[in-house]
Amino acid sequence: MKSFEEIVEILKNYFSDTSIEPKSDVKFEPYIIIPPQEIDKVCLFLRDNSELYFDSLVNLSAVDDFNGQKIKDEQGNEIMQGGTMSVYYHLESIKYRHKLLLRVITERDNPVVNSVTSVWNSSNWHEREAFDLFGIKFLNHPDLRRILMPYDWEFGYPLRKDYQNPEFYQGMKVPY
Amino acid sequence: MSVRTEEMVLNMGPQHPSTHGVLRLELTLDGEIITKVVPHIGYLHRCFEKHCEVMSYPQVIPYTDRMDYLAAMGNELGYVIGVEKLLRIQVPERVEYIRVIMAELQRIASHLVAIGTYGADIGAFTPFLYCFRDRERILNLFEITCGARLLYNYIWVGGLSHDLHPDFVRLTKEFIKEFKPNLRELNNLLTYNKIFIDRTANVGILPLETAINFGVTGPMLRASGLKWDLRKDDTYSVYNKFDFDIPIGEGKMGTVGDSWDRYYVRVLEMEESLKIIEQAIETLPDGDVTSAIPKKIKPPVGHVYSRVENPRGELGYFIISDGSTSPFRVKVRAPSFVNLQIMDELCRGHLVADVIAILGSVDIVLGEVDR
Amino acid sequence: MGLLDKEFSDGNILITTTEDLFNWARLSSLWQVGFGLACCAIEMMATSASHYDFDRFGVIPRPSPRQSDVIIVSGTVTLKMALRVKRLYEQMPDPKYVISMGSCSNCGGPYWEHGYHVLKGVDRVIPVDVYVPGCPPRPEALLEGLLKLQEKIRYESITKKKNEVV
Repeated sequence: MKSFEEIVEILKNYFSDTSIEPKSDVKFEPYIIIPPQEIDKVCLFLRDNSELYFDSLVNLSAVDDFNGQKIKDEQGNEIMQGGTMSVYYHLESIKYRHKLLLRVITERDNPVVNSVTSVWNSSNWHEREAFDLFGIKFLNHPDLRRILMPYDWEFGYPLRKDYQNPEFYQGMKVPY
Repeated sequence: MSVRTEEMVLNMGPQHPSTHGVLRLELTLDGEIITKVVPHIGYLHRCFEKHCEVMSYPQVIPYTDRMDYLAAMGNELGYVIGVEKLLRIQVPERVEYIRVIMAELQRIASHLVAIGTYGADIGAFTPFLYCFRDRERILNLFEITCGARLLYNYIWVGGLSHDLHPDFVRLTKEFIKEFKPNLRELNNLLTYNKIFIDRTANVGILPLETAINFGVTGPMLRASGLKWDLRKDDTYSVYNKFDFDIPIGEGKMGTVGDSWDRYYVRVLEMEESLKIIEQAIETLPDGDVTSAIPKKIKPPVGHVYSRVENPRGELGYFIISDGSTSPFRVKVRAPSFVNLQIMDELCRGHLVADVIAILGSVDIVLGEVDR
Repeated sequence: MGLLDKEFSDGNILITTTEDLFNWARLSSLWQVGFGLACCAIEMMATSASHYDFDRFGVIPRPSPRQSDVIIVSGTVTLKMALRVKRLYEQMPDPKYVISMGSCSNCGGPYWEHGYHVLKGVDRVIPVDVYVPGCPPRPEALLEGLLKLQEKIRYESITKKKNEVV
């Protein structure tokens, strides 16, 4: 079992020219910020390194940080411009019983993150869900389609905080 | 002479008696052999995560009930543990004990449905009726506790909505006493039934490596031979005070990790749950169950990942608080959602009829898959 | 059959109207589409299982809508599912009946306000005969709903034109 600091140390030694930014001053769970283009490489290392051996991806959650600039669109609805979106990865090693939280921050207007499906198959549907509900594009994902919403849903990404529900979908009234 | 062959696409669901809800499977067949399975989900997407962002912390609890509606107590427990971690509340001992009793009763009820419907899917209808008879008794216990049969809103942040009914302990003891022979009866009826074994043993074998890489948890992972149970391995509530085993698949009737193993792990788990309930009831401490419920729930800024061992696997809540009275974001790691991904892997190379046997052994609840 | 056997053993003649006879036959063997949507489906299953025994009202689940008389919409109808529910309904032969079970299919239930993907009431796609309230309704409530539907069928008329529900 490795502590958070030891894991950060191992990562920093191996990825000397990548920005590995540990955040341990938060209240509950410390995490490491990884650039979105590097996340698949870092994850592959974390899985295959014999000291770390993070063999399972427990959870992958996308979050709309909603920290940009609030502006009004043509209809007078408040929408967000700029800002960031995050993807959190909860990793766990069943063999060594240690856990790790990674965070990837990407631009809200054009969210692109590298997929980790090649590392853990379990991320496949999690990433599809993040694409479906937040519009985050995962590069190199084998099958990036909508998963929960209908395939022909064209009214945006519902879990974004400034999402506006449509009036009608296929002739059915949506609001109450 | 050459015969022209082509693959056929067969659609199964969303209205199909054995898809356990509104799941749609797109099967690609080569004759009767399955070459590919594509699950289509989302027919029950009820926007749970959006509701979390607009509801206050206690108001979310009824919505958690409606995710895995067969294990509502477990869902509440996971969410409540997360919020309590954020608030740093210590709940009274009695509350923890009652929570464990409820979660374990719920596990039995949930496994009974899983086993009953599994039998019905494969063609044995009688076990279904037997299982529902016993489940009905557990629901009666829930009903005298909180008034609801299926969705309870019983476990609250910092406590419980009601204390136990004065008769609860007696009735639970009676239930345990009468359920044990019923379980043996069920084993004779279904578990060791020749036809049942022929339909399930050596079908849908899940190797351990694959299971871990696909993030499979719960009885499915244990059936593949790994002793991994969050009640012991990442213990929460007061589970560390009780003595119980973690049953794993041993390949008694076929290979380790086949459908029969996944079924049998659930049967054994019910016995273990009975053990926990017996111990908890014997040592149930006194106290006030509502004393630690906070008047105002406003956690500090931060994020927490709480997880519990639900009947279907690891249920996780990733809760982000922005310091207001409602969560900023709640992401649910639903066990069925993750477990269902493996359908393609399990079904490939099997016959069409085996899809039902495999899907039943995965034991999904669509409310949780789609949330 | 004990009572009826003794009454009608000698080939007696029963005088009734065709309407009454048809209605009686219809209401006593309502075959439902074996189809569950969400949490309410579990209560529907419990209703048809050993304790509450739906069979005694002549309700038998049929896997195919083409052999059924009644569809129990048990649970939340989402936008993705709505057109499938409609298609199921359209596949059923006339006369057909709809029981909307639970708050979700009545009006959207707890998801009425923020449910961006929830249809606020199944009556927006198919006509409903009986609404059963509750979240989820107890099996007794579903039985009561079924009795209400039987009552409705009992007083139906095949000669008078039925009011078309739009």
